[in-house]
Amino acid sequence: MIASVIFPAVLALGLIGWFSTRARAKLLYSGRGSMHSMPGYHAWHLALWIVLPALLVWGLWSAVSPVIVDHTVLSEPVAAQIPSDPVQRAAILSEARNIAEDPGFIGFYDESPTLAPAMKAAQDHYGLIGAILVAVAALAGGGYAFTRVRSGYPARTRVERLVMLALLGASLLAILTTLGIVASLVFEAARFFKDVSPIAFLTGTHWAPANAVGDDLNANFGAVPLFWGTLYIGAFIAMLVAIPLGLMSAIYLTQYADRRARKVLKPVLEILAGIPTVVYGYFAALTVAPAIRDFAAALGYQNPSTESALAAGLVMGVMIIPFVSSMADDAIAAVPRAMADGSLAMGATRSETIKKVLLPAALPGIVAGVMLAVSRAIGETMIVVMAAGATARLTADPFASMTTVTYQIVQLLTGDQEFNSPKTLSAFALGLVLFVVTLILNIIALRVVKRFREAYE
Amino acid sequence: MTQTKLPQTKLTARNVDVFYGDNKAIDDVSIDIGNGVVTAFIGPSGCGKSTFLRSLNRMNDTIAGARVTGQILLDGEDIYDREMDPVALRARVGMVFQKPNPFPKSIYENVAYGPRIHGLAQKKADMDGIVEKALTRAGLWNEVKDRLTDAGTALSGGQQQRLCIARAIAVSPEVILMDEPCSALDPIATARIEELIEDLKSRYAIVIVTHSMQQAARVSQKTAFFHLGRMVEYGDTHQIFTNPREERTKDYITGRYG
Repeated sequence: MIASVIFPAVLALGLIGWFSTRARAKLLYSGRGSMHSMPGYHAWHLALWIVLPALLVWGLWSAVSPVIVDHTVLSEPVAAQIPSDPVQRAAILSEARNIAEDPGFIGFYDESPTLAPAMKAAQDHYGLIGAILVAVAALAGGGYAFTRVRSGYPARTRVERLVMLALLGASLLAILTTLGIVASLVFEAARFFKDVSPIAFLTGTHWAPANAVGDDLNANFGAVPLFWGTLYIGAFIAMLVAIPLGLMSAIYLTQYADRRARKVLKPVLEILAGIPTVVYGYFAALTVAPAIRDFAAALGYQNPSTESALAAGLVMGVMIIPFVSSMADDAIAAVPRAMADGSLAMGATRSETIKKVLLPAALPGIVAGVMLAVSRAIGETMIVVMAAGATARLTADPFASMTTVTYQIVQLLTGDQEFNSPKTLSAFALGLVLFVVTLILNIIALRVVKRFREAYE
Repeated sequence: MTQTKLPQTKLTARNVDVFYGDNKAIDDVSIDIGNGVVTAFIGPSGCGKSTFLRSLNRMNDTIAGARVTGQILLDGEDIYDREMDPVALRARVGMVFQKPNPFPKSIYENVAYGPRIHGLAQKKADMDGIVEKALTRAGLWNEVKDRLTDAGTALSGGQQQRLCIARAIAVSPEVILMDEPCSALDPIATARIEELIEDLKSRYAIVIVTHSMQQAARVSQKTAFFHLGRMVEYGDTHQIFTNPREERTKDYITGRYG
């Protein structure tokens, strides 16, 4: 209520300040000739000095004032009869606040309506104080900046420093979000590991969270079949497709394709990376998986399942091709031309040069690309959800249905779930393991790439 | 007049033009390059001397849009003939580049690379012999014989360049083309390479492109002066540097431009 008035008012004041200061600084500029900063910087300097202190005060007041309001209301005589239990007190205060803002609100507690008038009075009182504080902050900031509109004042330096701080803040926000995600994963996983031993989780081979009740928790949370399925599909079958095809296409594109072919083929290949994974998912489920089932039947399998590790892995491999090929492409292109020339000049053929000089020299970059591709593949969800199946199974049979870490996380967290049962919490433990594995793969890959770059610069 | 006599002509170019796309980089060059002598190509930057050098072993083939017309004969055989395999040609006409470019392999493997590709050695002992001989001829054997398994890239710049020369001579070429082989080296390493060229010249036809006129004067017996894609003058090095026939050659030699 107060906010809806104050916020526009402060912005309007800032806007007025901006225009008037620019006009004033322009006058100064034309009068004296040389100023440290252009008029625009003075205008920004003043506008920011109006808006930022006001917002800061407003933010602080919004955090502090409810506490003061509650305290004031509780010290009123009408508050004497409300229960002393802190939870109930908080609930009553919250209802009183709702009634104060919307008289039509029906509360659960009988005491709430009696507190509402006092609540409203206190809110108005402290809201007014807040508005005054904000106005004072805006005017004080503006007044300070106004006295600084002089030819020699380094407004540009100040404004630019603030811009730099804003940029820093933006990048910190991303990092802090990541840290927050990690913290929540670790926290929830720790709750899970209170009930289930980490050793049983990491080494057990029986995964049946649905049966996990009472004392047999450890026996039903063995995640090894999930890790196996994840690695078998993502790191084995998918890579069996992605590494040769990605590498060969990179070699063709860097070494053999003429400029026109490269111009067409490279973007087309990169489109593969832009297809939504859910589209790959139903391609795997509707087109590839039935074909593989028929193939398995033709090989003599009894009742082959529609879902198979092979279907998911093959489609995932295709999805990963652009990762491998663009990393390999970069790595091969980074090998100095002189190296290939040296080999060609000795009478080596193009393919001997590629095999014996270019690929060995580019190998670290290629390996790094493969690692990034693996970390991407094992974190992939949609394809395995649609095509790999739900059965946790330890088998090397590519036609069998298999399940992965990501698929189980989806299973465990969708639908109605209690958020403190081991079954739900196990999703966080799985997420943590997945996160750690992909993090390690990424760190290694980035290090390898960095060292590789240094070698040729 | 003490004209250096050509024992025999190794390479002959007749009316050679080289194009990069529509751009004519070399215009109507004809030259005879002799066996057992060092021929220097000099001229200002961009005059086409390196381009012409690269057309002598068809390294220009590796550049998209490059095209050569006219005739270049190696021992009377047209190297741009349809029958001529550029791979076989480059085994006969080796090349050393401006910047040392050893492969990211061991010293031994760098030298063994060419012989291995061309199947010159059947047994390990044969290969050892080839490697030792090439390194000895390149004046590097004594410095590296105890660390043949070290990376070639770990050597100093001058040693790397001599390694590249060893690598080139390991496949027993007939001609060695050197494209400013000392421009990335310090004076001491340069002096070693120049001594090496002197030692090698009796066995090979050597063509060297250089920016340094002193170097051309020191190492070569014949000199060709290139300017704006044309060969302005070709003759005995002594004559080119003391008594050039062409005004442009004289201007360049005396430092009037370039």
